[in-house]
Amino acid sequence: MSEVEVLKPDRPVGIVGYGAYVPRYRLPAEEVARVWSGGHGRTPITEKSVPGLDEDTVTIALEAARNALARAGDVDRAQIRAVWVGSESHPYAVKPTSTIVAEAIGATPATQAGDWEFACKAGTEAFQAAVGFVGSGMARYAFAIGADTAQARPGDALDYTAAAGGAAYLLGPADESLAVIEASYSYVTDTPDFWRRAHQHYPSHGGRFTGQPAYFHHITNAARGLMEAMGTRPEDYTYAVFHQPNLKFPRTVARRLGFTPEQIAPGLLVDRIGNTYAASSLIGLTAVLDQARPGDRILLVSFGSGAGSDAISLRVTDAIDERRDRAPRTEDYIARRKPIDYATYARQRRLYVMK
Amino acid sequence: MTLAGTWRLRHQRYQLQGEVCEKCGSLIFPPRDVCPECEAPAKTPYTFSGRGEVYSYTTVYHPPAGFEEDAPYTVALVRLEEGPMVTAQLTDVDAEQVEIGMPVEMVTRRISAEGEEGIITYGYKFRPVLRRTRG
Amino acid sequence: MRDVAIIGIGQTKVGEHWDLGLRHLALEALQAAMKDAGVERADALYVGNMLSGELTGQEHLGALIADFAGLRGIEAVKIEAACGSGAAAVRMGYIAVAGGLADVVLVVGVEKMTDYLGPRVTAALAMAADADYEASQGVSFVALNALLMRRYMHEFGYRKEDFAPFAVNAHANGMNNPNAMFHLKVTPESYARAPMIADPVNLLDSSPVCDGAAAVVLAPIEWARQLDHPVVRIAASAIGTDALAIHDRRDPLTLEGAALSAHRAYQQAGLGPKEIDLFELHDAFSIMAALSLEAAGFAEKGKGVRLALDGEITLHGRIPIATMGGLKARGHPVGATGVYQIVEVVQQLRGEAGDNQVPDARIGMAQNIGGSGATVITHILERVG
Repeated sequence: MSEVEVLKPDRPVGIVGYGAYVPRYRLPAEEVARVWSGGHGRTPITEKSVPGLDEDTVTIALEAARNALARAGDVDRAQIRAVWVGSESHPYAVKPTSTIVAEAIGATPATQAGDWEFACKAGTEAFQAAVGFVGSGMARYAFAIGADTAQARPGDALDYTAAAGGAAYLLGPADESLAVIEASYSYVTDTPDFWRRAHQHYPSHGGRFTGQPAYFHHITNAARGLMEAMGTRPEDYTYAVFHQPNLKFPRTVARRLGFTPEQIAPGLLVDRIGNTYAASSLIGLTAVLDQARPGDRILLVSFGSGAGSDAISLRVTDAIDERRDRAPRTEDYIARRKPIDYATYARQRRLYVMK
Repeated sequence: MTLAGTWRLRHQRYQLQGEVCEKCGSLIFPPRDVCPECEAPAKTPYTFSGRGEVYSYTTVYHPPAGFEEDAPYTVALVRLEEGPMVTAQLTDVDAEQVEIGMPVEMVTRRISAEGEEGIITYGYKFRPVLRRTRG
Repeated sequence: MRDVAIIGIGQTKVGEHWDLGLRHLALEALQAAMKDAGVERADALYVGNMLSGELTGQEHLGALIADFAGLRGIEAVKIEAACGSGAAAVRMGYIAVAGGLADVVLVVGVEKMTDYLGPRVTAALAMAADADYEASQGVSFVALNALLMRRYMHEFGYRKEDFAPFAVNAHANGMNNPNAMFHLKVTPESYARAPMIADPVNLLDSSPVCDGAAAVVLAPIEWARQLDHPVVRIAASAIGTDALAIHDRRDPLTLEGAALSAHRAYQQAGLGPKEIDLFELHDAFSIMAALSLEAAGFAEKGKGVRLALDGEITLHGRIPIATMGGLKARGHPVGATGVYQIVEVVQQLRGEAGDNQVPDARIGMAQNIGGSGATVITHILERVG
């Protein structure tokens, strides 16, 4: 792995604004177990977020983007030259989520807009592209958003965790940033651990095959590749955030890579909001930024089935302190919770046949 | 809503874009192109903050066609902090929590959809101002 | 301007007319009115209707009904002003006769609502509101009235049960009207138990979805003097308007359109509220009755409900309202309602109101409201012989 070349833009790029969104409703994992396993068995998390009837990836992405803009301050909307939304639950199969978001935040018409799909790493894929777009000098600002209202087959293992949420990042010049991108590295192979064919309501997955050859292999190689090339070690990072499909996987991968539970705790939200798919690691990063201090280093590693990981190294700047409270913190959204039962969940996810 | 009809109103629906009267300074929403105060032409766009308070509210148990799957839901007259009143649904709130004078903020949500195949209309709703736990 | 009289009245029973279509309902009312007036021909027909296109797939009612009624060839058009269509059509007839453009004018208000039920009708009625900024938000017409009622209770300190007298009075009067949809005794207790439609508006605050048609024959007053029944003249006919959407009004709890309409009518007739013996107001919802009483000068702002609580809206009160059941009990076939109101005022002024007769009724007022108050048509009728 010593031959790895990390990704670095021509000019320094950073996060000018960030924002999160988590819906209000929570489905306790025990409620899934009550309906589908007679209450037996261990549950992978405590509860997951569930979108309201009037929420989807567009509305979630939009609120996260508005929070990012609030933190960014007085950004000229015409200078936002890309609005990219990664998700596996775009409301339209054909018709971009991103044009709606771009229009609503006033970034139209002189902008790129596109939807990204790479399972749970669609958001960081867009993030990487935005870094490149700004770093090349083609754009002053670019939006990368991960948002999902993840589907799961009722009763499946994923039914306990498939959640909804979003995180948005406005990338821009490093000297305007609250956190600077030090370097990144992506690691991708053709590994079919999880997929959804066209026109299918629910995804399929490879069971235990999603673990070692997929999640662990890609995250470990992306993280090691980046750190070796940069010459950094786990103890150089104040925080680390890993894709979090459940509580066990990120804890295990952190341990294998040499990170302590304290380093990953602030960004480990899955126990309380579930797996927000394309937003999963990105929303973890928002929670970390909510409490990071200038100078802190953060390692972010996503994972998307199919499969790949983006590893990104960031350093927090002095600007964080004045921008943080211009928008609700991720914890504000997590604290806003209304538990619902499985029947209500089924209604809000439109699982009842109405026609 | 028709396709073109929804599209025409996207700035109003997504951003609460109204108008300001250049003659008397009145802020206008919904936009009406003629100032209701001084009758001067008023076509200069003005984007509202989205903050306001509940002037009145009700819960709809018998919805009109197109809203059957959403009922019951709460609708309100919201007095925007800039002055104008807006008719909109409240969201992310239980009906029994709503009261006159409650501070609310605009969010963009799905308003309606033309069945499973048609266009989705997004627009403004209001929710209780998000409580800050710290900071 | 010529003095105009109402020389004939007719109406169908209000209800669910599964066996009668729009044109049959209109014909029944028209024939009754023409028989009452003793006329077989007319110069013009004005049809008041709101929802024929949406709920029966039929527009172009003027020619359709003229032809169906055996009047092929005469001037005939449909007049639409939401729930105020009926009285708006009467006003068009009044203008034609008063202006000397026609001698005998037929006006029929007709509505067929029960071919569809439920959400489709709810959505159709919401067309009276602002489609872009009210109805598109999922606001039903009941909800708009609920928004007003909640605020009214909040501002003036009323409780929900304080609105019971409107339902109790309307249904008490409906009991004796053979054409009323409901013959149902309502008590404060049954009002309190009524299911909620849009909190705080309950079922008994609301008027029903129904079918019906009512008709009048208008002519110069000299024609009326040749007939047997007492002469009833139109002493005033006026329309006032306001913003379509409640959120666009200066004060949502003041029906400015109704105040303008009533004020103009009082001026035309040279009268004031004190001279009015009965008031057929637009009690589509209890809150509308309260706001109408205030706008027409029968109660101060915030005191409309007080007036009802004090018993002043009953047949023997200071200002009897809904004397034949009103929109609640007689029923509210929307585009026909304004004509029903005028037919009922004529019944009262002629002394033909039976057990519901308001003693010595000489001057009656009818007020028909389109939407939540955007179009308001007021007529003052006077018995002159």
